[in-house]
Amino acid sequence: MQTLTLTKRIIACLDVTGGRVVKGVQFQQLRDAGDPAELAAAHSEAGADEVVLLDISATHEQRATLVDTVRRTAKQLFIPFTVGGGIRTLEEAMAVFDAGADKVSINSAALAAPSLITRIGDRYGAQAVIVAIDAKRIPGTLRFEAYVRGGRQSTGRDVVEWAKEAQDRGAGEILLTSMDRDGTGAGFDCELTRAVSEAVRIPVIASGGGGDAESFIEVFKSGKADAALAASIFHFGLRRLADLKQELLAAGIPMRWPC
Amino acid sequence: MIVIVDYRAGNLTSVKKALDRVGAASVVSDDPAVVVRADKIVLPGVGHFAATATLARTGLRQSIQSAIERGAPFLGICVGMQWMFAASEEAPRVPGLELFPGECRKFPKEYKSPHVGWNALQCDSESRLLCGVGSGSFVYFTHSYRAPIVEGTVARCDYGGEFSAAVEKDHLFGVQFHPEKSGAVGLALLETFCRL
Repeated sequence: MQTLTLTKRIIACLDVTGGRVVKGVQFQQLRDAGDPAELAAAHSEAGADEVVLLDISATHEQRATLVDTVRRTAKQLFIPFTVGGGIRTLEEAMAVFDAGADKVSINSAALAAPSLITRIGDRYGAQAVIVAIDAKRIPGTLRFEAYVRGGRQSTGRDVVEWAKEAQDRGAGEILLTSMDRDGTGAGFDCELTRAVSEAVRIPVIASGGGGDAESFIEVFKSGKADAALAASIFHFGLRRLADLKQELLAAGIPMRWPC
Repeated sequence: MIVIVDYRAGNLTSVKKALDRVGAASVVSDDPAVVVRADKIVLPGVGHFAATATLARTGLRQSIQSAIERGAPFLGICVGMQWMFAASEEAPRVPGLELFPGECRKFPKEYKSPHVGWNALQCDSESRLLCGVGSGSFVYFTHSYRAPIVEGTVARCDYGGEFSAAVEKDHLFGVQFHPEKSGAVGLALLETFCRL
């Protein structure tokens, strides 16, 4: 029995570079497996609660296509749409909002100049600013350190402290990625997620390590996550997204289903 | 023509895009002379209640009032709906339009805020706007303040207590959630508004 309450969100993440979704070859039913606009719409159809488009471009030439990609993707999408990856200035954020993004996710730039959080929030509202944190566990402890530059550079910042500061500076949500779990499918880092979720009063999106339904149930129940990000193109066919939501619902996690 | 009022509050693109999708002709305008002649008015809004002060300063408030007095259907979204109430705790010195009584208040401290995500509508009154939307339908919210339950409440939502998710009085409509971001349910609602 579905209860009438705020549901937990399943967020589909599309990694793009040069205007193409990478590693998106599992969707044989789609005409063009690598088109972000088409994939985003298909995920929305399949029951994703939000879509995140993450620009992982390595070169300036690849990045140049981002605004156009955002515009094309937003045109077909009527659920919340976040864009992240390499946004460094208010002007870059504005270009992405103008193209149709509802929220931006900022990471390295926020750590380098935290006032960026406030400046984007003042212009577009706190709900439009997601601070993404790449967290790595300090071995043998329950403490986590924030990394930047795609996880290549340590900052020495404690993740929980940084999340609190991001909140105080006006972030609307935290997107928290466990670098230790990312890409493993071994389950989310529930200790990390819970530590941050209990320390802040804004929603926390868990990311990194999502695999089977059990891992999602765990991160919502013991990790106290408000949402979970799935690199669905790796782990879920479109039908599996529907299956996942139904399994979570059966486990007592409030879900938007049917959509 | 539907006029989407531009008062520099948040992102109007998504509302325009959703109206395009349901086949309704609309323009985005910050010109009081355009707003006053509108067939229908949509007042979007994300962000801070204080942003609505711009409406009074630019003459848009008066244009909106004139248009709704002559019977133009009006839809306020999110902060746009909150502005239809008397006031908000978020900016106590900025008056609302007072089409509905009461003040918008913060969520209780023990609840995470903003209230972000998909929550269910509880529709328990007759509504022209929600006629195609079933009770229990999920819609997308993102807000830190909430409007009280009033006589015109046509849908409630529960997050740390009940609040108005949709209000309605004659040709005046307000929704706290974002129909332009609420998938098929939201598009159906916008289509209903466009056909009124």
